Amino acid sequence: MVEVHSPEFKENSRKALKDKQLQRALQHVRGNFIDKRAKSIADLPEFEALRDNARDIKNHALEHLDLYLEAYEERVVAQGGHVHWARDSIEARGLVLDICRKVNAKTVTKGKSMITEEIALNEFLEKNGITPIETDLGEYIIQLRGEHPSHIIAPAVHVTKDQVAEDFKKAHTHLPPDRSMDEPENLLLEARGILREKFIAADVGITGANFLVAETGTSVIVTNEGNGDLTQTLPKVHIVMASIEKIVPTLEDMSQILRVLARSATGQEMSVYTTLSTGPKRKTDVDGPEQYHVILLDNGRSNMLGTEFQDMLRCIRCGACMNHCPVYHSVGGHAYGWVYPGPMGAVLTPQLIGVDKGGHLPNASTFCGRCEEVCPMRIPLPKMMRHWREREFERHLMPSGQRRYLQLWAWMAKRPAIYRLATNVVTTGMRILAIGRGRFKKFLMAGSWTAERDLPAPQGGTFVSQWKRQRPEQVR
Amino acid sequence: MSSKADILASIRKATKGRKSAAQRRKDVEARISEHPAGVLPEGPRTLAQKTKKFAEKAKLAAASVDIVSAGDEAQAISKWLRDHNLPQTICQGSDARLKKIKWPRRGGPDIKTGPSDGSDLVGLSHGFAGISESGTLVLTSGAQNPTTINFLPENHIVVVDAKDIENDHETVWQRLRRRYKNGKMPRTVNMITGPSRSGDIEQTLIMGAHGPVRLHIIVVKGATNAARKSRRA
Ligand code: SF4
Repeated sequence: MVEVHSPEFKENSRKALKDKQLQRALQHVRGNFIDKRAKSIADLPEFEALRDNARDIKNHALEHLDLYLEAYEERVVAQGGHVHWARDSIEARGLVLDICRKVNAKTVTKGKSMITEEIALNEFLEKNGITPIETDLGEYIIQLRGEHPSHIIAPAVHVTKDQVAEDFKKAHTHLPPDRSMDEPENLLLEARGILREKFIAADVGITGANFLVAETGTSVIVTNEGNGDLTQTLPKVHIVMASIEKIVPTLEDMSQILRVLARSATGQEMSVYTTLSTGPKRKTDVDGPEQYHVILLDNGRSNMLGTEFQDMLRCIRCGACMNHCPVYHSVGGHAYGWVYPGPMGAVLTPQLIGVDKGGHLPNASTFCGRCEEVCPMRIPLPKMMRHWREREFERHLMPSGQRRYLQLWAWMAKRPAIYRLATNVVTTGMRILAIGRGRFKKFLMAGSWTAERDLPAPQGGTFVSQWKRQRPEQVR
Repeated sequence: MSSKADILASIRKATKGRKSAAQRRKDVEARISEHPAGVLPEGPRTLAQKTKKFAEKAKLAAASVDIVSAGDEAQAISKWLRDHNLPQTICQGSDARLKKIKWPRRGGPDIKTGPSDGSDLVGLSHGFAGISESGTLVLTSGAQNPTTINFLPENHIVVVDAKDIENDHETVWQRLRRRYKNGKMPRTVNMITGPSRSGDIEQTLIMGAHGPVRLHIIVVKGATNAARKSRRA
């Protein structure tokens, strides 16, 4: 497994906030993604209806997941492909290694795939003497840097152009050291040249899947660069790594979701390449892989069915929730400490690695609700983060100080007279203490909260007292 | 238990009791055989409008588009190659529609038939369909149009007949089903919207990542009878 640093979320965030390089890079998320998405949606009057339908399609697929998976497998096999089932990372990695060993693979090219990150495939292949080469430009950059993606669709969003130039200089030592590297175009051209050779030399190509179509036994990838296509067309063997919830019933269902995917992700109407693959090269084909394998990974997902987290399985990994998240904007993706960042990561991570390790993440939310607003699959992310908080509380994973205050609060909340008296005393007291300043730099029992932010002093009494004062004019 | 049985059992545990097993099976079979289209964005009605919208959208995606009359494909291709200082050398598959292109007896391009090995500058394909909604081309793999041609050459030229332009994906899937029958699919279906690009360095969009740097689409109006026949074959 990728090393888990989620328990250190607070510590990670503190570092991220002070990292100037990172803060500069994060500006690109704030501006770019949000504007582009808004514009592309404004151009499609049917967008909201498509969102509803996309949600319904996935709900239907999840309710019948066993049957669709079986139908899918049957179609893949009928067209000459192989389907392998993996309960967890260990099984999935073992399956990949077996397939690679059978063809004596030395190098493996990889299209972008978050679940190969989830199962830490690269580290595993390396240990077993097989060289994995990431071919998506962003993934290639972070592989050179020995890092992990900080965003699910823009893995190197935390890296600046100058850092890329430096990394390329270090890695591509056979090129003249005084070559021009000022423009991003030069950097792209350089990567294109280097990776071209790798594509042609690779023995096995591994891609992820955005969809698995049950009707036809088809796996689908969506890219802009075309790297996934070279990865899966040139080597002898194509392995598709897909988690079980990627299933959609039909080609039409795929197309419905595609319309909301690209718009929500990059603001494009369609990504440049949407590629449907079914089985290996046919008898009369003149190119394409001789073997086609699909590895279906569960890794805790089937356990989410039937629980309050089932809706999360509708996620199509578009990244809109993190692009619109004020917490992500401030701390970036690495602070979340594992594979999936942002709001979707805050919900998914505790499920996949355990609430003891990922339980902090659902607290990394201002509950502003923007993630749910923009999620094309209408996943109630804030509600699910609240579920995790409740579970964390139930399992006594919250610091004991916080627990005691919450218990005290709950006791008072059930007793309105005491509650009102207490809150009135506190707000009046706070107002007097804060006269002339309006905010507290420090406050009793809230030391860790005020360490990074100011606490505004209350204005105009409690809600109930204001309600009492203002209601007569307004209601009548 | 095998991993497959284990995973399926875990799924069934969650879905148990909501509907009878027979009903669930029936619902799944019905969905697959009926494949409802869902929400379709409104599109143009006439062929001319579809062609126009397709061209507009493809250009927005940074492809170049030339709309020509049947019989003028050869001239249009040669001119485009000259305009971009490219050699008159083309790699293409065994597609019957492409073979119908009438090259001049002398001075036509050198045509290499077969997949691309990465050394070709220009690839030529025949599009199975165009989608006006987004300016997307749909290409199907096979000896007729090998997939490598879509990705390895720096320049990709695609010929598509105006009559094959549909409003939406869903109509194209219907056509694909009629062509391949019984739930079969070609090894690869490529939906291509513009030339390759990357936004991975500081979110600046740069054209020409791993696939073609240029995508040129030749839309042919009023396809000849021969072309229509080959499309049906
Ligand atoms: S949770 Fe929604 S917005 Fe976030 S990545 Fe998944 S589908 Fe996109």
